[in-house]
Amino acid sequence: PCAGPVESKNEAAMSELVPEPRQKPVVPMKPMGINASLLGYIGIDTIIEQMRKKTMKTGFDFNIMVVGQSGLGKSTLVNTLFKSQVSRKSSGWNREEKIPKTVEIKAIGHVIEEGGVKMKLTVIDTPGFGDQINNENCWEPIEKYINEQYEKFLKEEVNIARKKRIPDTRVHCCLYFISPTGHSLRPLDLEFMKHLSKVVNIIPVIAKADTMTLEEKTEFKQRVRKELEVNGIEFYPQKEFDEDLEDKTENDKIRQESMPFAVVGSDKEYQVNGKRVLGRKTPWGIIEVENLNHCEFALLRDFVIRTHLQDLKEVTHNIHYETYRAKRLNDNGGLPPMTVETEENHESNL
Amino acid sequence: GCRTLSLSAHVGFDSLPDQLIRKSIKHGFCFNILCIGETGIGKSALVSSLFNTDVEDSPSTHFLSSVRLRAQAFELQESNVLLKLTVVKTVGFGDQVNKADSYQPIVDYVDAQFEAYLEEELKVIRSLFSYHDTRIHVCLYFISPTGRSLKTIDLLTMRSLDSKVNIIPVIGKADSISKAELQEFKKKIMSELVSNGIRIYQFPTDDETVSEINAITNGYLPFAVVGSMEKVNIGNKMVRARQYPWGIVKVENENHCDTIKLRRMLCTNMEDLKEKTRAYYESYRRCRLEKLGCRDIGPENKPVSLQEVIEAKRLEFCLEVERKEEEIKQRFVQRVKEKAAMLEEAEQQASMPVLTKFERLMLMNQEEELKLGEKKKLLEGEIAQFIEKKAISESIQSQVSVSAPVSLKTKGLRKVSANA
Repeated sequence: PCAGPVESKNEAAMSELVPEPRQKPVVPMKPMGINASLLGYIGIDTIIEQMRKKTMKTGFDFNIMVVGQSGLGKSTLVNTLFKSQVSRKSSGWNREEKIPKTVEIKAIGHVIEEGGVKMKLTVIDTPGFGDQINNENCWEPIEKYINEQYEKFLKEEVNIARKKRIPDTRVHCCLYFISPTGHSLRPLDLEFMKHLSKVVNIIPVIAKADTMTLEEKTEFKQRVRKELEVNGIEFYPQKEFDEDLEDKTENDKIRQESMPFAVVGSDKEYQVNGKRVLGRKTPWGIIEVENLNHCEFALLRDFVIRTHLQDLKEVTHNIHYETYRAKRLNDNGGLPPMTVETEENHESNL
Repeated sequence: GCRTLSLSAHVGFDSLPDQLIRKSIKHGFCFNILCIGETGIGKSALVSSLFNTDVEDSPSTHFLSSVRLRAQAFELQESNVLLKLTVVKTVGFGDQVNKADSYQPIVDYVDAQFEAYLEEELKVIRSLFSYHDTRIHVCLYFISPTGRSLKTIDLLTMRSLDSKVNIIPVIGKADSISKAELQEFKKKIMSELVSNGIRIYQFPTDDETVSEINAITNGYLPFAVVGSMEKVNIGNKMVRARQYPWGIVKVENENHCDTIKLRRMLCTNMEDLKEKTRAYYESYRRCRLEKLGCRDIGPENKPVSLQEVIEAKRLEFCLEVERKEEEIKQRFVQRVKEKAAMLEEAEQQASMPVLTKFERLMLMNQEEELKLGEKKKLLEGEIAQFIEKKAISESIQSQVSVSAPVSLKTKGLRKVSANA
């Protein structure tokens, strides 16, 4: 610390004298952690209420992508998750709809509100994935879309005059639907997840889980987990992003036991034991979607929406986006802005 | 615009604010206060009183040659909220004979925090999430309790800061003003601020739950504050107070001073203060980047990426550095040549066997000795002449009577003294 004419050494010990101005900018000071004990109520904890009020006023964005072969019940599942028609089901090929020639990206946004909390939910559907004869590189349009959203955000962030709140279209969560073959993952599954787990949070789910018995389910899940591990695929929640011991314990349990969630979706209600429940009716019984004995839908819902929604957004922003940004700025920064092409492809294919 | 959908059952995303709050609590909160005021106006005492915590501080001298800033950091915990509080105080403000530059170090400090954040933000690999934000969220400007009006330095300083930081003016050591004078003083200050176009922080009135109380509090500005590091035993409780022979000024008594009001307002508007700080940062950032020559729209009206501009500037800078390097190199080579020429010349001049210093001195000595020897001979000759003359004059004197001129003798004497 600079010595003024009459500064005593004691002062330097307790606080830092900022060096002469007009030199290099002052290095931001790390708090010295002087634990000053509070001798009475101050009111600092009101900041929590202030935060709550502010976030409720501004609302939230959440963008979820669903990927999987057609017929695996993606739209139904998303509608069940959000208890509304956020995703329009494809009505099957016998109704004048062409099989898309390439993977399409369809993003539809809705505003939903609950308990004073407003959420702009965007569901990004990927029809055509895995449906071609030759599915080589069918993950590419999806990766391109994801990167385009990062690019959009980056361009806004880098503007001189920035918006107070940059609109967030980045994909926070990608549900990947695994076919319930009971054997193992398909090469396509591995290809997709290997490439995309590096740019987005992937949550693998086993679709149409009502075709497997409990034992088959457990075995299949174990095999899938093993295969993912062997192939170095890190699905969400990624081990390296566990912030502390509390997170790690909670997430370890999910990673090693619950995931991938074996789910069943439905938007139809039936009467079971005097209660109206969502389910699927079969000759041999009613499969209750929200019954944990029947399937793991409730676990998936709680995981994605009730406990880890904010974390999904934060990992996307603090890690995936930053990785994209760093790579972009390093790669001879100043490339001309990427053109957003997906809309044009849309027109030609319909 | 998106369609609004209604939900058929409970989904559960109403827990989102709680999820966010849980993460923020884990991460901790930070708040940075800047206190500007003359030496001895009670900055440390007020901070101690505001946060009811003992802020150790040794009194400063009045003899600093320029204004400096001192930062202190604290960690305060209240229920599950951990607040990392940083208090930055001016040291030596208002002490100099010439106060013309007093506000500059403060402005520089505020800018430096913006600059540090901007630097981090512009890094390729950055960690904004764990970055400790040092931007100043609120500035408490201490006005002297003269009871008259604002000083020129107050106006100058506040004007230089009002576009960079939230300013809350407070009257320091307000227990030295009577209540009646206080009202007049406050009115005068506010009208002076308005007439000089100085923007101070207004507590927000857009949210109905707090608009009323905030509007009322806005009417109490500037806050007349009293702080104390000492506590007095009143009714079996240790209370922060100032004890006078005529009574006790209780810091936490709202009839005695506005300290509690200030505390309440700071705490309940922390989030708003931080948001406004972010807006100030944005304008700083905009100015700074524009100065660097960045534009959002390039010369052909096409959007220009920030990175393009930075890359171009970087190239420019590198070229400049290379050019300067070359220049310095040339100059160096030139100087070496000149020096070499000089040395050669010097060598040529000394074409005779070069005498060492010692030999030279010896020579000089010998010459001096010769000269002195000659002088000595001359002197001896003169002395001999004088003795002769003296003998003659004495003999003449003994022959002549007593009335002999004294001048002869003194003349002779004078001559001897001149040769000595």
